[in-house]
Amino acid sequence: MINYLEYIGNILIRTFPNSIRNVVQSSNEIYISITAEDLLKIAYFLKKNTFMQFHQLMDVWAVDYLGRQNRYEVLYNFLSVRYNIRLILKVRISDDMGINSLSSVYNSANWLEREVWDMYGIFFFNHPDLRRILTDYGFEGFPLRKDFPLTGYTEVRYDDEQKRVVLEPLEVTQEFRYFDFTSPWDAKK
Amino acid sequence: MDNKNKFLLDSSGFDISNLETSNVTKIKNFTMNFGPQHPAAHGVLRLVLELNGEIVERADPHIGLLHRGTEKLIEYKTYLQALPYFDRLDYVSMMSQEHAYSLAVEKLLKCSVPIRAQYIRVMFGEITRILNHLLAVTTHALDVGALTPFLWGFEEREKLMEFYERVSGARMHAAYIRPGGVAQDLPIGLLDDIYAFVKQFGYRINEIEELLTNNRIWKQRLVDIGIVSLDKALNWGFSGVMLRGSGLAWDLRKTQSYDVYDQLNFSIPVGTKGDCYDRYLIRVQEMRESLQIIHQCLNKMPTGFIKVDDRKISPPSRALMKYSMESLIHHFKLYSEGYNVPAGETYVTIEAPKGEFGVFLVSNGTNRPYRCRIKAPGFLHLQGLDFMSKGHMIADVVTIIGTQDIVFGEVDR
Repeated sequence: MINYLEYIGNILIRTFPNSIRNVVQSSNEIYISITAEDLLKIAYFLKKNTFMQFHQLMDVWAVDYLGRQNRYEVLYNFLSVRYNIRLILKVRISDDMGINSLSSVYNSANWLEREVWDMYGIFFFNHPDLRRILTDYGFEGFPLRKDFPLTGYTEVRYDDEQKRVVLEPLEVTQEFRYFDFTSPWDAKK
Repeated sequence: MDNKNKFLLDSSGFDISNLETSNVTKIKNFTMNFGPQHPAAHGVLRLVLELNGEIVERADPHIGLLHRGTEKLIEYKTYLQALPYFDRLDYVSMMSQEHAYSLAVEKLLKCSVPIRAQYIRVMFGEITRILNHLLAVTTHALDVGALTPFLWGFEEREKLMEFYERVSGARMHAAYIRPGGVAQDLPIGLLDDIYAFVKQFGYRINEIEELLTNNRIWKQRLVDIGIVSLDKALNWGFSGVMLRGSGLAWDLRKTQSYDVYDQLNFSIPVGTKGDCYDRYLIRVQEMRESLQIIHQCLNKMPTGFIKVDDRKISPPSRALMKYSMESLIHHFKLYSEGYNVPAGETYVTIEAPKGEFGVFLVSNGTNRPYRCRIKAPGFLHLQGLDFMSKGHMIADVVTIIGTQDIVFGEVDR
């Protein structure tokens, strides 16, 4: 399995020499960083190529590295049941960029990309139905971003006078305590 | 056309002045809300159904009513504090998610788990699988209309939850499988009681099967409903029983095995047609296979440690903590600050009872995870509800939700 992962890594590097930024391979995982423009091409190649046959897109998610120039990293997890291998694609994008949706190639990308849009605000071009999926119906903001606070900005309560649930600015009785354990004497850097 | 009919428009604003007038009644789709509070909605599912009479044209599930912000909360907790969140994701099969998280953290820590702990994990993983399938099959039967298997199945679940309680202290959310091994050793007599359960459980499955498997009404409600072809199942990201029902023998315990599954002997039931009846039969057979695995674990259970020996990861026992200074310091540091995990990222998937459960963990070298992504199988299965229920009737939608084994704790997270 290790040799086969290396083999398909090499196939991808040879086929897309300009698109692949980095390949990191550990025991049974391979992470391939690609450019955002070539995502759709590479995903289609992964699905259709005989030696790859990544018929399943199992997961799409993002990580927010606040402070970097390309802040978000969108990751795609592909599974090939034919060759029993897993491959993870990484795409780095910034706040104002959007990326292509894979829902034309893999149907499972539909809801997964909706969730990334809802949680991070990353726009997917050509997505059939990009609306919120997990947050409340009138929610503003993108919760999983690092600059969004844990307690949020609003709170809901039932108002007896208006006889409905109202949205109000947040009021916490005790401030959220975050202990920072990094020690100045820590030798591990 | 003459000026009289120039502005002839129908109700939706479409210009029908050029159409031939005939006695045609226009049928519009009837949109109905299969609301969040519904006994057959398996939790909080808001399903907006577009119906043509009783036939479903489109089903649009609205999820997120149980969204608790688990991934965001985990980023603010240490690795040990984040563990109980995983119990509460798929709250009917608790230890499977803990297992996935523990495997991910151990991969980053690069520590190896002692063999006894691996056997205990596998045994409780299979007990969890029986717990889950009992609930899945019997609540599915309850939604379809059979009320008795539900009661029998839950009595068996009580017996299994008693094992959870004996080993961890909590009936449901055990927080027992931790990174580094298991929290505490098995109490004396537990393995004998598990053997007693295993001996009688085969007959219990037979009783439930006797009511359902060859029942005419059950077959009429389940056969040819929600058929999923193999290429559709692959394209929509199905895994677990949904994929095996369509004919592919794909089980992560065999293909990408973890812990001691590669040393155990068990077979994988596979369906032929991909309808709800096949998936029901697969779940029942998987319960029997889990019994086999538990039996083998009971026979092969080795003696030894149940936590990794590294005192920087696994806390010392309480007796030692009250006796030795180093143990006290380790105990204090582990439960206040927690262990520091080396920087890196890893993606671990296991064969949870519902499908492929994945945990992606990014660590930046501190004591808190930087990002923890939880991939739940139910999320992708529920997405397929639309194409699975096209052309079926409303009652079949209930059958299909039941066969997908949806639990909203993991779908919404």
